[in-house]
Amino acid sequence: MSLGGETAPDPVDLMVVMEELGEALVLEPYLETVVTGAALLRASGGPTADALLDGIVAGDVRLALGWAEPGTRYEWAPQETRAERKGEEWVLSGRKSVVIAAPWATHLIVSARTEGGVSLFLVAPDAPGVTLFAYPTIDGRRAADVEFADVRLDADALLGAEGAALPLLERVGDATIAAMGAEAVGIMRRLLQDTIAYTQSRQQFGQPISNFQVLQHRMVDMFMQVEMATSAVYLATLKLDAPAAERARAASVAKVTVAEACRFVGQNAVQLHGGMGMTDELAIGHYFKRATVIEGELGTVDHHVERFARLQPEAAE
Amino acid sequence: MNLDWTDEELAFRDEVRAFLDAHLTDEIREAGRLMTSVYGEHERSLAWQKILHAKGWAAPAWPTEYGGAGWSVAQRYIYARERVAAGAPPVSPMGIQMCGPAIIGHGTAEQKAYFLPRMLSGEHFWCQGYSEPGAGSDLAALQMRADDDGDDLVVSGQKIWNTHADVANWGFFLVRTARLARPQLGITFLLIDMTSPGVSVRPIISPSGEHIQNEIFLDAVRVPQANVVGAINDGWTVAKYLLEFERGGTAYAPELQARLDAIEAAAREVPGDEGGTLANDSSFAQRLARARIRVAAFETYEFRAMSAEGSPGMSASVMKIMGTELQQHMTELGLIVAGRYGIAYQPQAACPGGAVSFPHNASEYAGPRFAAIAPLRYLNERAGTIYAGSNEIQRNILAKGLGL
Repeated sequence: MSLGGETAPDPVDLMVVMEELGEALVLEPYLETVVTGAALLRASGGPTADALLDGIVAGDVRLALGWAEPGTRYEWAPQETRAERKGEEWVLSGRKSVVIAAPWATHLIVSARTEGGVSLFLVAPDAPGVTLFAYPTIDGRRAADVEFADVRLDADALLGAEGAALPLLERVGDATIAAMGAEAVGIMRRLLQDTIAYTQSRQQFGQPISNFQVLQHRMVDMFMQVEMATSAVYLATLKLDAPAAERARAASVAKVTVAEACRFVGQNAVQLHGGMGMTDELAIGHYFKRATVIEGELGTVDHHVERFARLQPEAAE
Repeated sequence: MNLDWTDEELAFRDEVRAFLDAHLTDEIREAGRLMTSVYGEHERSLAWQKILHAKGWAAPAWPTEYGGAGWSVAQRYIYARERVAAGAPPVSPMGIQMCGPAIIGHGTAEQKAYFLPRMLSGEHFWCQGYSEPGAGSDLAALQMRADDDGDDLVVSGQKIWNTHADVANWGFFLVRTARLARPQLGITFLLIDMTSPGVSVRPIISPSGEHIQNEIFLDAVRVPQANVVGAINDGWTVAKYLLEFERGGTAYAPELQARLDAIEAAAREVPGDEGGTLANDSSFAQRLARARIRVAAFETYEFRAMSAEGSPGMSASVMKIMGTELQQHMTELGLIVAGRYGIAYQPQAACPGGAVSFPHNASEYAGPRFAAIAPLRYLNERAGTIYAGSNEIQRNILAKGLGL
């Protein structure tokens, strides 16, 4: 198996895998490494990238992408992180915030402003000048704020062409939204299943609470939200090779639909479990927290509604 | 209906403001400002209660003859608004807001004389024992049994969702003393010394990793008959009285207004997507305005409800539903403001209402402090629409009230 060239995974295959990972609530940084990281490496090409792609397949390489900064929100362009060419080397300085999976990563991929625009660099987390402030995330993973103080990088640390990273980040970001949406669908299916099972077993007023029509309708609404999210994820996945604006609009459709579904399904799964929804003892609390993280990742509902409105569909040929 | 404060009320506001200014220490203020749920940190909330008690302000709604402040509805509202604005933590509601009114309304002279002063001073810290594993929304299905044995009742069974029971030395319980035609009959309202032999308390950890809730197990605990409030087998009457108090006794709007202010202030400190701060982003500004509009209407509803005479009735359920749903909405706005930092688990930046058991860093935290608290509040306040009669049950009550 390979993650590069002709045998690179098909987006539909990744979607199926991500849905299963979601349903099993797998915490390993698969999305960060095999979806986001591998796609960036594949697009960048070159011997360093190829070797890392092989390393991912072998299970030796784990990646984390540092893109957002304390001074930015959901736009891809870095503000304060810069890299300057000094002879054969690059010197990297700046800060990245909430780099998911960074404490687990063997390699960081870091966006930085360079003379020609925005570029991507491969950085070892233990390189001199790199400082990680690591912390857990609410869904049981790990992230870090990362500081780069005049970090010296070899020439081959530059991934792809200098100044060409912004459209690449946009494209891989949309692929990540599609794959993360598939994970969310798996999570929501489990939340719905568990909620149906719980309401059928929980007895109050002499009967299972699933007999009450107000709860039945709530679960039907949860079901419909899962169906809309699934459909939006299909749309985003099948449009990943479409022209940029069409691809991005489809990704925003998925992000908004999935985020709203995650909120509705997650909140109501807790609500219908009553007090049991507020303990750490049942699976649903853990699924709810992962769903809550996915809601905001790579842009809130507001961010993607704005983006959708801004991008005009291309005129039909 | 008059929405302007009178001169007397304005003078009262100034008095409250001056008192808070003089007596709130930075440490206590922090406990109020950095809460992760509706529950204040036990030690500092209790310290604040003692300061209030020294002034005679620990129980705003109690009559002065029992050591309460004896304030009017307007005064209580003004106090609540000033308290949250100043960042003071809430006083634990289980004693003063819940058990206290039950004793005042249904207790004996001896019970009033013994329990009320100790409740005010904080010497007795109370927990509530109502729900059981098989009796949540269907509270009348409760099974904890109390058998008559001379001067005592002997109590056995299990309770659940007992806030701060791990630090409480007294609890008010609903127990079954008889099996009669209707499940609501045969229930007795009983005060139990939590240090009695046979009482054990087991923690329940929330999805946020906090230990605030508990289970209580009673194994042949001997409780004097003198601790029955109201009549034997008539506890449902006392409980209903108390539940109405729990649902409608406190206004939500003062705290909602303070939280809107905190959200807006935090949004001015974080970057937006349109080049300025988040507060300037048009989509966020619209969301905030909508939330302020909802709270403005709700606040006026609370004024109307609180100035009406008699039993809270329908308005208690309306306030519980709207109040908790708005509280939850505040936490959703909080997550938007927190942005990417809203996924970080950093309880060390907050003052949780109980010990935290999930791994986290010691003291330093990443990102803005507001963002560190936002996800904890979001998770914890899911409980608001579940506890004290779920919002589904409240809607059933309102449907009955409409004659449906």
